[in-house]
Amino acid sequence: MSAVEVTVPAVRKTALNAVHRQMGAKMVDFNGWEMPVEYPASIGCGIISEHMAVRTAVGVFDVSHMGDIRLAGPQALAAVQHISMNDASRLAIGQAQYSALLYPQGTFVDDVVVHRLGEDEYFLVINAGTREKDFNWVRDSTREFDCAVENLSDDFTQIAIQGPKAVNLLQKLTDADLSAVKFYWVTRGTVCGLKNILIARTGYTAEDGFEIYIPSDEATSARVWNEILSTGKEFCAVPCGLGARNTLRLEGKLPLYGHEISDTINVWEAGLDRFCKMEKSEFIGREALEKEKSESLKRTLVGLEMVERGIARDGYKVLNDAGQEIGYVTSGSPAPFLKKNIALAYVPPESAEIGGTLKVEIRGQGVAARVVPTPFYKRPKRA
Amino acid sequence: MSYPADRKYTKQHEWIQVNGNSAAVGITDHAQEELGDIVFVQLPKVGAELSAGKTFGSVESVKAVSDLFAPVSGTVSEVNEELATSPEKVNKDAHGAWMLKINLKNPGEIDGLLSAADYEKFVAEEAGH
Repeated sequence: MSAVEVTVPAVRKTALNAVHRQMGAKMVDFNGWEMPVEYPASIGCGIISEHMAVRTAVGVFDVSHMGDIRLAGPQALAAVQHISMNDASRLAIGQAQYSALLYPQGTFVDDVVVHRLGEDEYFLVINAGTREKDFNWVRDSTREFDCAVENLSDDFTQIAIQGPKAVNLLQKLTDADLSAVKFYWVTRGTVCGLKNILIARTGYTAEDGFEIYIPSDEATSARVWNEILSTGKEFCAVPCGLGARNTLRLEGKLPLYGHEISDTINVWEAGLDRFCKMEKSEFIGREALEKEKSESLKRTLVGLEMVERGIARDGYKVLNDAGQEIGYVTSGSPAPFLKKNIALAYVPPESAEIGGTLKVEIRGQGVAARVVPTPFYKRPKRA
Repeated sequence: MSYPADRKYTKQHEWIQVNGNSAAVGITDHAQEELGDIVFVQLPKVGAELSAGKTFGSVESVKAVSDLFAPVSGTVSEVNEELATSPEKVNKDAHGAWMLKINLKNPGEIDGLLSAADYEKFVAEEAGH
């Protein structure tokens, strides 16, 4: 036996872990985090009910496993511009944008939401599974800039309130005028008696909604969570787990790290061109992307809808009519709101034509699927 | 949770209710709860031969795919076609929503399966791990 101590990574828990268990949630491991996948049918939940609540009313998610990085200082903007592909110089104070951190080869470190909180203050929300990697990468990549980089991941309990009634629910718990906050903007206000809480009109459900960042102690977190749910009763609010979070984001074609995007997939393949601002100043990954752009794509992300009976799942092979393997499914699931079996898959561009038929190999059999326009779901414009 | 005593159970969470030389097969209430919302049940055709312990189909929830294992050997005599269009019936009434009826090849195999009490104990032990 060697004397070297082996650190076994502990299962990580959010401040609401005990609350989820008490509610009877089914807990699963998600990138090292013990998280609720769904709540019990006895309280009106289950993935389908939770998904439908978000599309038609409101759902409440514990997303405290997400990480947060703050960059502040005279060169904070220059630092953010250097490490992210979207153009942060376009952000007004209080505005947010979807963006990504890239490796020099144009592939993904992670996708992020960049919030501009002050004149020289930016707040990056990153994925749970990539927290440490992201923070180290951001810190190491911004050393030459006059700006402080802080990992605030453990400081917040992040609660997402999502759905067409989210605004009505949250408005009952805050003095901030939410009607004045546009999608992908932030404000601050008193929430459930807690002063100066960051309220962002963002989410990962392809629906209107908010994410609030409250102190991460267990008592405060539980109190706010319970208050949101009890106030939410009149809007038919339900707690939602990662199961519904995944089906909701899939209907909206929102990428998931390790699936649609990863360190081996580049921006063009993922189809995230509109968030990648080649015309802005230099950023990490730009050079490689410039070169890739002039070459033809080897694969591209498409939406599939199953034509024959069968459900495509993550990792299943995509076949052409002749039965040859041409690609793979990155995410596949029944879509509870659309009531179809849908999937996202990487295939060669010549097989990506809308309306074309492909096959997904399900337990050894090729099952027909059609290439369809994405996103599968787009929320209706409300007056 | 209670398991009807009028049938036998397997460690793969199926139940089998014997009626003479024939038997109905389904999944347990515990299994449906573990799976969550069931959206797809794939079953063999009438006439298919099942052999004890081998997979004969699958049941899919939004999140997961799970194989179905034959509790005993036999020939499929009837398939619950209703589950093709209403798979959620398995969630609502797992012990009522039979999937297959089979003609038993070797009725003696039934004796090797779990009683309701033993199955309940097995589920409790599994949860304890």
